[in-house]
Amino acid sequence: MNRPVLRLYGLVVLLFGVLVVFTSRWTVFEAEALRDNELNRRELLQEQKIRRGTIRSADGKVLARAVPQQGDTFGRRYPTGELFAHAIGYSYTSIGRAGLERSRNDELTGRRTELVSALESILGRSNEGDDIRTTLDSRAQQVAIDALEGSGHKGALVALNVKTGGVLAMASNPSYDPNGLDDRATFAELNRDDANAPLLNRATQNGYPPGSTMKVVTAAAALDTGRYRPDSQVSGENGKVISGVPLNNFGQEDFGSVDLTFALTNSINTVWAEVGEKLGGSTMQRYLERFGFYAEPPMDYPDQQMTASGVRKRGDLAPMTSNAVDVGRVAIGQGDLFATPLQMATVAQTIGNGGVRLEPHIMAKAVDPDGRTVETVEPDKAAQVISRQTARDLTVMMKQVVREGTGTAAALEGVEVAGKTGTAELNTTGLNQPWFMCFTPEVAVAVTLERFQGGTGGTTAAPIAKAVLQALGQ
Amino acid sequence: MSARNRELLALVPASLLLTAGFAAIFIQQSAELSDVSLTYGAGFLALCLCGHFVIRATLPYADPYLFPLVAVLACFGLVVIYRIDETLAREQAQWFVVGLILFAATLVFLRDFRVLERYRYTVAAAGLLLLLLPRVPGIGQQVNGAYLGVGIGPISFQPAEFGKIAIVVFLAAYLRDTRQLLVQGSRRFLGVTIPPLKHFGPLLVVWGGAMVMLVFIRDLGSSLMFFGGFLALLYVATNRLSFVTIGLGLFALGAWFFAGTVGHVQNRIDTWRDPFDRTLYDMQGGSYQIAQSLFAQADGGLFGTGFGQALIDLPNGSSILPAPQTDLIYAVITNELGLAGACGLLLVYLMVAERGFKIAMLAEDSFSKLLAAGLTAVFALQVFVIVGGVTKVIPLTGVTLPFVSYGGSSIVANFVLLALLLLVSDRARRPARAR
Repeated sequence: MNRPVLRLYGLVVLLFGVLVVFTSRWTVFEAEALRDNELNRRELLQEQKIRRGTIRSADGKVLARAVPQQGDTFGRRYPTGELFAHAIGYSYTSIGRAGLERSRNDELTGRRTELVSALESILGRSNEGDDIRTTLDSRAQQVAIDALEGSGHKGALVALNVKTGGVLAMASNPSYDPNGLDDRATFAELNRDDANAPLLNRATQNGYPPGSTMKVVTAAAALDTGRYRPDSQVSGENGKVISGVPLNNFGQEDFGSVDLTFALTNSINTVWAEVGEKLGGSTMQRYLERFGFYAEPPMDYPDQQMTASGVRKRGDLAPMTSNAVDVGRVAIGQGDLFATPLQMATVAQTIGNGGVRLEPHIMAKAVDPDGRTVETVEPDKAAQVISRQTARDLTVMMKQVVREGTGTAAALEGVEVAGKTGTAELNTTGLNQPWFMCFTPEVAVAVTLERFQGGTGGTTAAPIAKAVLQALGQ
Repeated sequence: MSARNRELLALVPASLLLTAGFAAIFIQQSAELSDVSLTYGAGFLALCLCGHFVIRATLPYADPYLFPLVAVLACFGLVVIYRIDETLAREQAQWFVVGLILFAATLVFLRDFRVLERYRYTVAAAGLLLLLLPRVPGIGQQVNGAYLGVGIGPISFQPAEFGKIAIVVFLAAYLRDTRQLLVQGSRRFLGVTIPPLKHFGPLLVVWGGAMVMLVFIRDLGSSLMFFGGFLALLYVATNRLSFVTIGLGLFALGAWFFAGTVGHVQNRIDTWRDPFDRTLYDMQGGSYQIAQSLFAQADGGLFGTGFGQALIDLPNGSSILPAPQTDLIYAVITNELGLAGACGLLLVYLMVAERGFKIAMLAEDSFSKLLAAGLTAVFALQVFVIVGGVTKVIPLTGVTLPFVSYGGSSIVANFVLLALLLLVSDRARRPARAR
């Protein structure tokens, strides 16, 4: 009877092997999916007990901090209220997380890599998260919010550090108060307000027709391919036929033969539409992608709260090589092109930084409860978009815009600003989407306002950009 | 080194494990280490030593590894239960003492265990009675739709834990007599060996019993455990795979039929197939338990969160894992000690099974062989049924994890099982002149 006993033991070994396989399945192979399962509330319950790290601005202001609640759990307070609502977001057990609170959740809850946490599990898991120091400047943010609110229009502004990609200001108007947002009625009401959509981050989530600011991208492609130079002679006549339809200049003005610098300074539509058409769809597409269009921005911000810029046909991104795309009109910021303020600020940052596009980031560093810096965000190159020479030529051309062109309202004393205005026409009776984007050697800014009757970029958006530049010490 | 000295030595690591486990929990709870953990460790060691000396006095030749292995399991269980609820751990420690007393009593009063053979039908009747007790009005208790508990006054116990031993004793005695007849009287029909109906009859009764249990007790896990033990014994006795195949076929047929007709069983199978279905998850007695079990295991990962760190209590004081100290204790262990700890635990169980089967192979007479093999098979199957349920290999049912789960009946009954195995072992390993 020993053979069957031995076989029986073999069967038991086999059965236990199945148990090991299934335990491995849940603990290792499918663990990620189980943790992400919507029925799984363990993480939220666990994290309630963790003292989330404090978030501070670059100048040391507390933007979010943990407050003890009943039991051994913690809630969240946002001392600056509406000021940083979109950049920082919120974190509540009942409604989830948004903004930096979401994208930097691992740091704020003190979660480390697998190897370190294996070590920590022996020593006991920490119940305190890391503090985060952001790149945001509270004065610039205040100026930006005040200026946007003062304009009386919805809109958004992004200011980037040209040399690091750090986000200095990110404002979206109207804003909301993240304090007490876990009250269901309050949150539901904010969600219902479709007219104002206060929870929407207009700086990253909403694409607008960029208008003439787009001519900078077209100019960059034109110069960088070597097909044009700043002094190349082009025809600025009114009513050129672009994609089979005549295109007009602002005020139907006829310029005759001009050079490219003059064409940018005076924002001549027909010149840049023709340049775009001559460069062609595939070349334009190549430069758009290098500038960061057609992809979600590589910023430490939730994917769900960012939108890729580019031409959109029925909501979907359509490449410039598509037959449905009017390359000439896209080259002057029309033709169903949509760009976020973050995207246009990135364009300015790239040119200001010698053609190198950097990944924008909000976090500067993470500091653990013992005061050690555990993570520092270094400038990260996203792409070499244009040559250093092209960037220099473009800068000269854009300085001309502020010195004597459409953007004089952004001129500062002591530092030369390079910029470009934009006024996208939403209808034929003067309802506009004004834009301004600019940079100094240190700061790049893009700002836009929604549905401004009769407003042009130079008169409405440029002064806001100027105020923010000043607040940042430019 | 003699067998008993090896056993004595092997008890030391078990006590150290207990001391270390309690130390880890104390550090986690109060961030300081008191010497209470040492006291607990010493107390546990003293208890085990008592057990050891009883074995030394009564069974000098018995297997030296079984008792220390069980001590490891029991101390592991105590630590985990203490981590879940201190009061329960104190009760479990008391049951541990009761178990040891019954263990010693079995060793002393049942030295010649072969008398059991003579009382086979009495034992069988007692076993069946035990199994049906939970359905007796007034004392039976229903938990999650299954009838597994009996409550008389303040005492409540799970008779199935004792029933499994009785059934194995009966089957071992019965099959010892009839195994030859079952094999020789068989005819081959269409390439399948058919046993003679006359001798197979009582075994069909056992199958019927398992089906009745399925309907009356409404517990798929226990009936799977019992019927599996029966098939294992049948296989060992006859060495005929065809018998096992027929048996499995019959069981599957019955299970399939009752799954469709008994709502409770049907529900268990549905929740097993799709635990994340929203309606099943929200349903009373639905898939919440198995889903939370899987979430807890996922939380554990490779090395676990560490002792005392798993999330068990909700802010409102209730438990996120239903029955963490009994049904889902394996999920708690995996959560806190990870895949590594769970594999270690399974390895200890596998080693117990290995020793048990080894005893069966060393035993000389058929009854001893069948008894040892049957007890070991039922023990191993019980582990498979509950761990398999918790890890979603099979539908989750309410049997205990032997020696580890909280529960008086479980620990006491399994100590009796251990005593029987040691009795068989002592007889098998005794040198010829000492008999």
